[in-house]
Amino acid sequence: MSILQPVLQVLTSAAFWQVVVGGLMLGAVYALFSSGLTLIWGMMNVVNFAHGDFVMLGMYTAVVVWTALGGGPWASVPIAAIAIATLGVISYFLLVRHILRGPMLAQILGTFGLALFLRYGALWAFGANFKTLPDDLVGHSFVLAGLRFEGARVLAGTMGLVVTILLHVILTRTSVGSRMLAVSEDETAAQLMGIRPQRMQALAWALAGASTGIAGALIAMFFYTSPTVGETLAIVAFVTVALGGFGSVLGALVAGMLIGLVESLSAFLIGPVWKDVIVYVLFVLVLWLRPQGLMGKT
Amino acid sequence: MMFDISRRKATRDVLALGAAAIALSFTTGASAQQSVKIGAIYPLSGNSASAGNYEKMAMEMGADIINNGNAELAKVLPLAKGGGLPGLKGAKIQMVFADNQGTPAAGQSQALRLITEEKVAALIGSYQSGITLTTSAVAEKYGIPFVNPESVAANLTERGFKWFFRVTPVAADFAKAYSAFLKEQIAAGQKVNSIALVHENTEYGNSVASVIADAFAKDGLKVTMKVAYSANSTDVQPQVLQLKEKNPDVAIFVSYTADAILYAKTMKELNWKPAILIADDGGFNDPAFVKAMGSVTEGLISRSVFAPGKAGSVAAICDALYKKKTNGDGLDDVSARALQAFFVLADAINRAGSTDPAKIRDALKATDIKPDQLVAGYDGVKFDAKGQNILASTLVTQIRKGQYVSVWPKARATDPLILPYKGW
Repeated sequence: MSILQPVLQVLTSAAFWQVVVGGLMLGAVYALFSSGLTLIWGMMNVVNFAHGDFVMLGMYTAVVVWTALGGGPWASVPIAAIAIATLGVISYFLLVRHILRGPMLAQILGTFGLALFLRYGALWAFGANFKTLPDDLVGHSFVLAGLRFEGARVLAGTMGLVVTILLHVILTRTSVGSRMLAVSEDETAAQLMGIRPQRMQALAWALAGASTGIAGALIAMFFYTSPTVGETLAIVAFVTVALGGFGSVLGALVAGMLIGLVESLSAFLIGPVWKDVIVYVLFVLVLWLRPQGLMGKT
Repeated sequence: MMFDISRRKATRDVLALGAAAIALSFTTGASAQQSVKIGAIYPLSGNSASAGNYEKMAMEMGADIINNGNAELAKVLPLAKGGGLPGLKGAKIQMVFADNQGTPAAGQSQALRLITEEKVAALIGSYQSGITLTTSAVAEKYGIPFVNPESVAANLTERGFKWFFRVTPVAADFAKAYSAFLKEQIAAGQKVNSIALVHENTEYGNSVASVIADAFAKDGLKVTMKVAYSANSTDVQPQVLQLKEKNPDVAIFVSYTADAILYAKTMKELNWKPAILIADDGGFNDPAFVKAMGSVTEGLISRSVFAPGKAGSVAAICDALYKKKTNGDGLDDVSARALQAFFVLADAINRAGSTDPAKIRDALKATDIKPDQLVAGYDGVKFDAKGQNILASTLVTQIRKGQYVSVWPKARATDPLILPYKGW
């Protein structure tokens, strides 16, 4: 009984459940901004090192939409989706399509170069200063069952879930999805079936860009925006994708939620400096037992 | 030097060689005036890029004042007459900036590059204490004077370095100020039974937090809670919830800009505020923070070595000039310290009358600047044997309608202190 006492005390405290809810909502956003990365990998075995900077540009889109047009997430989310999808397609046709023919190293350096180009482009265009959006763009915070909910985070968490699941459904349950998967499995065979591989790959970049843009616009509401913010977020995205299984959108969803939850709980119960240690120990353990990730194909 | 020939010889060449040499005479004419290269290593990218760029602008402004002059400032600051450094026959100051990218390794290699390739006469830098640690070590090895405007980690002046000079007050000075400030509040009836110390866990946060904890323990102030966190965190909700649960009377934050913004946002989201919220400078004094979060941090207490002061003072004139340069942002705690250190170095080079590193170091050692010549609110600038400015001091400030005003000590306050912390 005496051992259970402190455990019970933790489980019945409001702060504990606030941490759980906060962690899960954060995890849904992690999942959303990782899904674009895993999609590109699944489609063409390319690791997009510019992914974090796509998120960053999605965030700046939200900042610009707010400062120039006074628009909240209802305007910035669709605009960021279109803008970053366009950026994805342009990147595909001008860069990725060509480096696909080169060695693996060319692909890595190619997207890495794109990352630096976008980052320093943003530094030039927006300056180094941190930007933030007003915190009441999505209504004020409210209390439900003793827990506090912030409008922006609830919206981001919910949208994160919905968009990630939608992406999964598009890939697995529609004919466009099947055609995209066909291209990823065997380009020549798909071509013989009348599928145009380049069109499908461009579509994958558009979809990945759109989901990444949405994620950026949502994160911008409760995070700071700066040209280098992509670096901080990209690490989370890479861990999420590796843990979930490269190429699996559903895996990214599960892994994102798991990381968000484990991070928050370990920071709260053990201490903030330990959260990365615990997340990475978990990460290594999972990959040791299942090198393909939680939901990746062998 | 390539064009190190006298003006007279150049003139003779023009006469002898005719029209073709006129172009050459222009080049020699321009370079006959020697220039002094000062290397500055700052975070121009990465998480602290915002602070680094404000410091860069302050030093560019300082160089511009010395090279091109400012009539108003010249009345109070002799070096502001224009036409370069009089001690070096009007040599102009040329700033060479390098990006430390927020990492000690990058800082180190940039220091090496500035010394061996750019051949700078002195170095200035590098904002983050952890990076100042490595950049100044390179300068020490090569025998180049290193002036540090703003890194506060205690150990920087404990290394027995001969070429290192720190102009800023250090953590111990600040800790003493906070302690005296809090004890005054207790005397005035404020409850200060529990104190939380929240700090980022690199050199800067760790050292400042431990110095504060030591000073408080000596003065009988109880630090009941310590929270260390990584400044690159994507989320600080768990930490704020821990604080909310324990609900200390006083919370003291030692943070950089990105994490400061996250804390300010998250504290509002989770609706927690202590009666006294002290932010130990750093990110909380970044103009980008004040601009973005000032409206939700009303009454936040911080420290600053800078307050514009009365019209016509060095501080007030420089503040107005800086606003013009940055399109509206005045000098703040960090940029004022950068500008101050730049003037200290320029003064030393001028008195040295040479770009010889050893002569500049000797001049730095002999520095004795009076308070009325200062941009920063120090009691003067004078270095001890370890290279620490023994006359450095600080003001306690508070955010009032999106702007810091000085509230303590009473003798130098422009506004009354308002408690408890209001927030949003």
